[in-house]
Formats: sequence, structure tokens, C-alpha cells
Amino acid sequence: MPGTLPLADRTIAEVGELLRRREVSSRDLTEACLGRIARDGERLNTFLAVGEERALAAADAADAALKDGGGADKPLLGIPYALKDIFVTRALDDDGQPNGGLPTTAGSRILEGYRCAYASSAEERLSNARAVLLGKTNLDEFAMGSSNENSAYGPVHNPWDDRLVPGGSSGGSAAAVASGQAFFATGTDTGGSIRQPASLSGIVGFKPTYGRVSRYGMVAFASSLDQCGPLVRSVGDAATVLQALAGHDPRDSTSVDTPVPDYGAALTGDVRGLKLGVPREYFVAGMEPGVEAAVRSAIGVLEGLGAEIVEVSLPSTDHGLATYYIITPAEASANLARYDGVRYGLSAGDDDLIENYVRTRGSGFGPEVKRRIILGTYALSAGYYDAYYVKAQQVRTLIKAEFDSVLSGVDALLAPTSPSVAFKIGAKADDPLLMYLNDACTLPVNIAGLPGISVPCGLSDGLPVGFQVIGRAFDESTVLRVADAYQRAAGFIDLRPPTAYG
Amino acid sequence: MAVSTRYETIIGIEVHAQLRTESKMFCSCATAPPPGEKDEPNTRTCPVCMALPGTLPVINRKAVELVMLTGLALDCEIQTAAVRFERKNYFYPDLPKGYQISQYALPLCANGRLEVPVPAEETSVSIGITRAHLEEDTARLQHGGRGYSLLDFNRAGVPLMEIVTEPDVRSPAQARAYGETLRDILRYIGASDGDMETGSMRIEGNVSLRPIGTDAFGTKVEVKNLNSFRSLERAMEFEVARQADALERGERLVQETRGWHETEGRTMTQRAKEEANDYRYFPEPDLPPLRPSEEWVARLRASLPELPAARRARYVDGLSLSAYDAEVLTADLALADYFDAVVAAGIAPKSAANWVTGEFSRLLNQHAAEGLRSSAVGLRPAGLAELISGVEGGKVSAANAKTVLAEVFATGESPKAVVDRLGLQQVGDAESIGAEIEAVMAEFPSQVAEYRSGKPQLFGFLVGQVMKRTAGRADARLVNDELRRRLEE
Amino acid sequence: MINRSDVEHVARLARLGLTDEEIDRLVPQLSRILEAVGKLSAVDTSSVGPTAQVIALENVMRDDVARPSMSREAALAEAPIREGGLLRVPVVLEEGR
Repeated sequence: MPGTLPLADRTIAEVGELLRRREVSSRDLTEACLGRIARDGERLNTFLAVGEERALAAADAADAALKDGGGADKPLLGIPYALKDIFVTRALDDDGQPNGGLPTTAGSRILEGYRCAYASSAEERLSNARAVLLGKTNLDEFAMGSSNENSAYGPVHNPWDDRLVPGGSSGGSAAAVASGQAFFATGTDTGGSIRQPASLSGIVGFKPTYGRVSRYGMVAFASSLDQCGPLVRSVGDAATVLQALAGHDPRDSTSVDTPVPDYGAALTGDVRGLKLGVPREYFVAGMEPGVEAAVRSAIGVLEGLGAEIVEVSLPSTDHGLATYYIITPAEASANLARYDGVRYGLSAGDDDLIENYVRTRGSGFGPEVKRRIILGTYALSAGYYDAYYVKAQQVRTLIKAEFDSVLSGVDALLAPTSPSVAFKIGAKADDPLLMYLNDACTLPVNIAGLPGISVPCGLSDGLPVGFQVIGRAFDESTVLRVADAYQRAAGFIDLRPPTAYG
Repeated sequence: MAVSTRYETIIGIEVHAQLRTESKMFCSCATAPPPGEKDEPNTRTCPVCMALPGTLPVINRKAVELVMLTGLALDCEIQTAAVRFERKNYFYPDLPKGYQISQYALPLCANGRLEVPVPAEETSVSIGITRAHLEEDTARLQHGGRGYSLLDFNRAGVPLMEIVTEPDVRSPAQARAYGETLRDILRYIGASDGDMETGSMRIEGNVSLRPIGTDAFGTKVEVKNLNSFRSLERAMEFEVARQADALERGERLVQETRGWHETEGRTMTQRAKEEANDYRYFPEPDLPPLRPSEEWVARLRASLPELPAARRARYVDGLSLSAYDAEVLTADLALADYFDAVVAAGIAPKSAANWVTGEFSRLLNQHAAEGLRSSAVGLRPAGLAELISGVEGGKVSAANAKTVLAEVFATGESPKAVVDRLGLQQVGDAESIGAEIEAVMAEFPSQVAEYRSGKPQLFGFLVGQVMKRTAGRADARLVNDELRRRLEE
Repeated sequence: MINRSDVEHVARLARLGLTDEEIDRLVPQLSRILEAVGKLSAVDTSSVGPTAQVIALENVMRDDVARPSMSREAALAEAPIREGGLLRVPVVLEEGR
């Protein structure tokens, strides 16, 4: 029951209501989160930087605004949150002096202690919404990974069982939200990096349509797939945070200029008459039985709520992994070329220009990043460009066309998020290809640029399972509607890890 | 000469021109410091052009327009189907992102042609334009000290247009003429300042030889570090001679890049590259493609000003100016515009041309050292027209008019104000002139007598005396006529 | 599929320092990955073109208006080495160093 959960573990909707009724203050909420960070932060390794003083000052300012009745149409006013450390936060003033803002590392040694001179769109929008920034969360280096074991600052541990991974690359954000260290967090999703950790950590994670949210200030991994999205505890909260993040940004030429609907209006709880497709190819061979059972059960709940369930086929699903692991490393290899020790970041200080590049990048990047840079550079190099890169972009066309075709006959798709529950830290570390399979159900959605949400749908061996709702481009409303209706009916909304219980 | 009889010279030219925009190609930093201010290093940068983490490019519409305009002026096809930017990937300190956003497979303009007059060869050649595309400039790398360089990112991201010709140029003189003709066009349409000295225009030549009568291209050498059109011509001449010499001696030529060394007058191999450049071009994922509409292209086409060649033809055929005058006038767009305005104010073309290419240009050059440019002269064309018609109508002598003009340039006053101030109104009525002539004839009776007795050379002396009395303000023609009449009485 | 000298060549293109151990580990890993992604060659893509962008945007441009730049201090605040108002970088040293 909602009322019995500790303050730090409640939803934004609940605590927002308490704030507006002045039953709690923003300071109360912020101190609650800071308390959790102090208690579990080191053990779970969720945060790379925490700005306690600034957060409390922002909370006090929010409380002053609330006192003046300023909470009415600002649902995030006074709500403490975290930014994945892939969103730049402004740490220098106009004169180049440190301004107390947090550093940005992208989970890498090459940006250790880096102070950025400008703020990301995410930071700006959430600051305008008067949310309270707690700190920057840990992540797989440059968002490359699905277990958060690739951070230069140590792996993140799953609050459900700290011997396990939380998923990745937004592992810190997922673990923070799951364990009451923040009421919401931002993540980025290129191949599943919001949805998969949400699934493994038992929370909600939403990747919007590509182009729905600005990428300005998001350290780039794969430019044509990266998207910013919320990690939260309820679908209702996802709608609230997405509302603040979504919208056109003239600084991002790939952000669309179409109006942002009222996402709250989608939360009707009514799915009668909706036709939901279940793509057979997503129930992959290696899927854990407990995961499959939980996902099928969720589908059953939606059927019980009045949705029509049909089996559909996306035959090109199998090509998703190959397509993804050619396109994303290729784009990443170029996006990471700016980390060269010349204008900022780590510099080896060598006397020779080329040696300086080689040593800076050799010591600054971790093994997974290096692996993908080599892979991507190879795929683009003379003699291989057509066979790999162009070919992958063509298969991308097929994958997208297939989705579009199927989604013209159904309103949304239902699928597992991850073929497995959280696994042991180190279990897949030596086998990159095995690790890449974690994203088999999520990355096709990025390839097609569609919106997708992961919602907790049960436990398997005591560990959380999530399932996906995938929608048409820019139809976040239907995705939210289906996911919300499910969550309200299924009752896993209060699922919390042991951290909630001391 | 051995070369011309045995080998054909094949030259292709690559030009990079900085575009005349207010802001950079992919960000809003200014492309130049405020007027009159010194350009302090690293003061015109932002997170985007400094390639800070998380930044994204946004295309400058004006830069796209200027390339399209150039393409239209060069008779290119504007690619309306789809135009794409691509990433050209390589590492160098002056390239902040580690890639340059450029165009490769789908450039904005392609398949054009430029007619180039080549005075040195008394002919005109037709040079194919392969493509004109859009990219961004690099930062400025300068020598720092022993073992290090210094970087100024003010220039990083300035819009750059690259124009590549087919290998249609057949001599160093043609190469030079192409460069100059192209520069004139770029200036005319306002696309670029086209200044080799300041670097707003850069030029490279690719040159190879092949035995006359054969089809296969020879080994191509790229020549860089050319600071002027003259350098281009000299460098091409040097290369042609060097390559011919090598071929004669049976030596194999190396496909390479060579730098021109101005003081030594020769090209030299640049440091051998460690590996051939594999730029790994791929479509820029941060920028949606461009699809210029037919309307946009039509509007630009309609806005093209009269280009130099057409203008020269109009001056010669339509206004009966000499080819020389046409050449001088069209060399500078502002000068040609000025001339047109003076003619529009009612002055006969030949007369206007004489004044504009003569005294007006002389004063322009004189004051150019102070930064005066033809487009910024205070004297309006109507003002010059007024002065010229004053001369033709006898109100001011031609000599005094030149004085007036010099004063106008120096002080910025109007011609009328100068004339009044210096009291230079021409004495043009017959009565006052008659009076002055009478006075002179009375002062110099012996000279008058000598003239009348058959010494015509004294006429000039008497005229001079009249002019002296009137401080040069007398209408010379009237003085001549009147004096002759009275002397003949 | 990919050999040691391929990896060394590509690492050079990417200016990425790799130790011998790293190369030893990368060669088989990359071979397996390339084998897996290489399976795309069997997919029939004869009827489709490449997708560089999933959104149907076109002609996204901005007006040519200059805006104030970063101060020099902000631009160079994180520079590894600077000299006055300029950034300092090493040069390419002669071969045989």
C-alpha cells in the first residue's frame, strides 16, 4: 500500500501531492534522498558526484515557491532527481571560473573532473521545472554497455542484490531510483540503456521517439539512435517527467518541431478496443523461463482489461544485433574523436603530437570503448564501408519498414525487455558478444527510432522482470496509456528492493 | 620549347573560399571581429565550434544560399533531389571534432562551366566545374616555439566553399586567369571577399603532363602553399618544367603533394604521409538532408547580379566603351556600379568612363591606403555627375574640377561646397571674359602686335595671361574663342 | 577474419594506444563480432536504400545571425596547456625519435 512505503521510495505523484498540501517540504524529500545516498551510495556506487549544498539550497528555494502557492502547475517543483553523468552540467561561469556546478565524466577517465562551460537541455529544462538536482549518476563509459560494469569509476550494484548488475548503461540512474536515492533520474537509451536497467532494477524506464527530446548536451555515443528519457517508479511519473523533457530545441537539428501532447491525459486506464501485437521473434531461444512467464502474464492482464492481443511477426528482428553493432560503433568512433587531449580532458603530455593522441586515448578509454572504436573505425574504413556500414543502413530500412507495417495494423507491441533477470557482476565480462545479447529485445526499437517503455511485471527467482510496450513514432500517449493501465491493474507499482526496508 | 611540342599540360584547380556570412557554418559565433577591433585569439568560439562534449551543429542558411548562388553563376546543376553533409574523419589539432563536416557523395552543386578570358594567350577557354560544396574551416595553427604549436579557434567553423574544376586547364596562364575570373565572380555575387592575401580565398593546383596525342593522364602532383595568383602561375610553370625534365630523362614521377616555396621559386616535396588518408566518409547523422526547393533556386537565380563577362559585353556593345575601359570598370563591382549610376544621372558613357577610370580611380587608389574602398566613397554618383556636367557646361574648368574632386575626397564636402569655398566658379560669361581679355591686350601690346604680324605662338602666352588674371576660373574655350576674335579684328 | 596487423592499422587510424595484451585479446573478440555482424551480407537489401536518419526531417537551418561567443577564459579554462590567449599543442616530431 502506497502509504506504508518510506518517503524516499514513493512516487513523484504521491510526494508531489504531499508537497502541495505542505505535509512535507522539499527539504524533507531532499534530506531523505541524501540520507539514502549516504547509507547506500558507496555500496551501490550509484553516484559519481553529489552536490549536497546546492541541492539543499534548491530545495529551500522550492519550499519558498511552494509557500507562495507556486506548486499548482509545476509537478516537479521541489522533487529531487539525478542526471546520468552523460548529460553535461554547467560547472564554469561566464568568466571560466568554477561556479559550484557538478563535473561531467561520461563514466570515463578521459573526462575525469571535467568542468563543462555550458548546460545540457536536460539540465535546463529540469531546472526550469524547479526540480532539485542531487547529483550525477554512474554509467557505462560513454553509455557503452548493458551492465554498468564498464565505468572507469567502478561498477554499479543492483539494490535488489548487490552482487548483481543493475543493467546498463544507465545503471546508476536505475539503481538510484530503485533504492530511493532519487525520485527520478534521466537516462539515455541507444540500444536499451534506459529500458534494460529499468527492467533489471524493477522500475519504469521510458525511451521516447527519436527526435522527441533534445540531444543538446548529451555526450554523444551513436547520434542516430541516442535518446534521453526518464527512469521513474510509475508510468504516471514517466508521463510527468517526459512532459518536462520533450519538445523542440533549435540547437538540435534532429529534434522535431511537432507539438507535445498532454501526456497526463493519456493515463485513462482504459485499453478497451486497443489492438496489441506480440512479436513472436522477441521470445528468443535463450530467454529465462521465469522472465517469459512474467511477460506472458502481463500480456494476459492487458487482455483481461479489454485489449485485443494478436500475434505478429517481425522477421528482421534477428538482424537487429548485427545492424546495431555496425552502426553504433561507427558513429561512436567519430563522436569520440574529439577526446584528443587538445582542448580539454585528459592529456598525456607527450612531446610528439601523434604519441600524445595515442597515449591520451589509450589510457583514457576503457576496454569496451576501445573495442567499439576499433570495430566502428574498421566498419567505416576503405574497403569495408559498403560491406558493413552501408549494408547495415540498408537493413535498418528493412527493420523500420517492418515495424511501420506491423504498427499500422496494431496500436502498440508488447514484448520482453530483457531475456534475463539481473546477473552476477563479472559473469559476462569476458564475452562481449554474450553481453551484447542483453539488448536483443530493446535495440531494434532504437534502430527504428520508436518509443518504448519498460514496466515491472513480476519477479523471477526474487529478481525483477520488466516488459516492454512499443509504440508508433510520436505516439508516446498510447504507450503510456497501455503501460499505465497495466501497472494500475497488476499491482507491481509498490515493488521495492530491500533498501526500502532498511 | 620542348615541353609545348611534346607534352600537353593538364591542370585541375581546387579553390577554397570563405563565405561572407555574419555567423559561422554550424554555430552562431561571428565570422569576424567587430569593425575596427583587433581579432583577439580564442574570443570567437562557443561550445559547438570548440567541440565540447554533447554539442551539435546547426546549418547556416545563408552559407547554403551563397554556395547555391555560386553554383548558379558557374552554370552548375543545383542538387535539389537530396544534399547531404558527411563527416570527413582525421586527427589534427586544428580540427576540434576530429572530423570535418563536409560534403562528399551529394554536393550542393555539380557539372558547371566557366568561360575564362586568357589575355596572355589572346583566347578564352571553357573550364568544367566538377562541383561546388560546403564545409567548415579549421582552426588556425601557428608555430609556437621549439616543438610546439599554438592554436586559435576563432577561424574554426567559418563557412568554406570548395570549388573543384575538371582537369580542363591547359597552361599556367590559364590557371591564373581561371583564379582571377573566379575571384571576380565571387566578389560580384557577394559570396566571398576572394582575397588570397588574407586567406579568404585559397587555391591549389593539380598538374600532370601527357604526351600530345595520348589519352591517359600522367602522374598527378598536387601543389599547395600558393599565396597569390602569380604564385599559382609560377608554381605551375615550375612543375611543368620539372615534370617534363623528369619525363625526358626517363624518371618516374611520384604522385605526391608538393609545397611552393616563393623565395626559392620552386616546389618541394612535403613531408611524406605515413599512410594514405582514409577519411572514412559517412553521412552526418546530426544533420537532416537538404532538399532545396525549386522556388528557392529560382529566387536565387533571379537575384544573380550581372556577372563580369556580361557586364563587359554590355559596356562594349551597348555603351560603345573601349574594351580597355570595360575591363578597368568591371574589375571592381562597386566601381562598375558607380559608373552605371553616373550614366543614369545623365552623363554620356564615354565621358563618365573617362572620369571614373581616370581622376576618380586615381584618387581612390591614393586614399586606399587609409582604408577607403570603392563601395564606401562619400561622393555620391549624382555628385560626380553634377561636377562632370558642370565642366561640360562651362561652369568649372576641367583643371579646377580635378582640384575640386581631390578636395572632396580629402574633406568629404560636396563638390558645390568646395567650388564655393575656393571660389572656383568658372568665369563663363562673355562680358567678364571680354573685360579680362581687353585688360591683357592692353597690358601686353607688343605681344599682341607680334601675334598680329605673324607669330601665332604668342597666342598661348596671351591665353595664359588671361587665365592668370582669372585665377584659372575662366572658361578656356570661351577665352580662346574671344581672344582669337579680338586679335583678328 | 581480422588479424593483428588489421587491428594495429585501425588503431593507428583511430589514434588509439593498445598494449600487446590488449591487441591479443581484441583480435579473437573482434573476429567473432565481425563474423556475427557479417551475417548481414546474406540479407536481401536489393530493394531498399540506406537509412541515415529515422526521422523524416529536411532543410533544418538557422538564420545567419551572429551571437555573443564564450569568453576566452571560459573557452580555455579546461585546456591542458595554454600560452597566453592561445592553446598549446605538441608538433609531429621527426621520424626516428
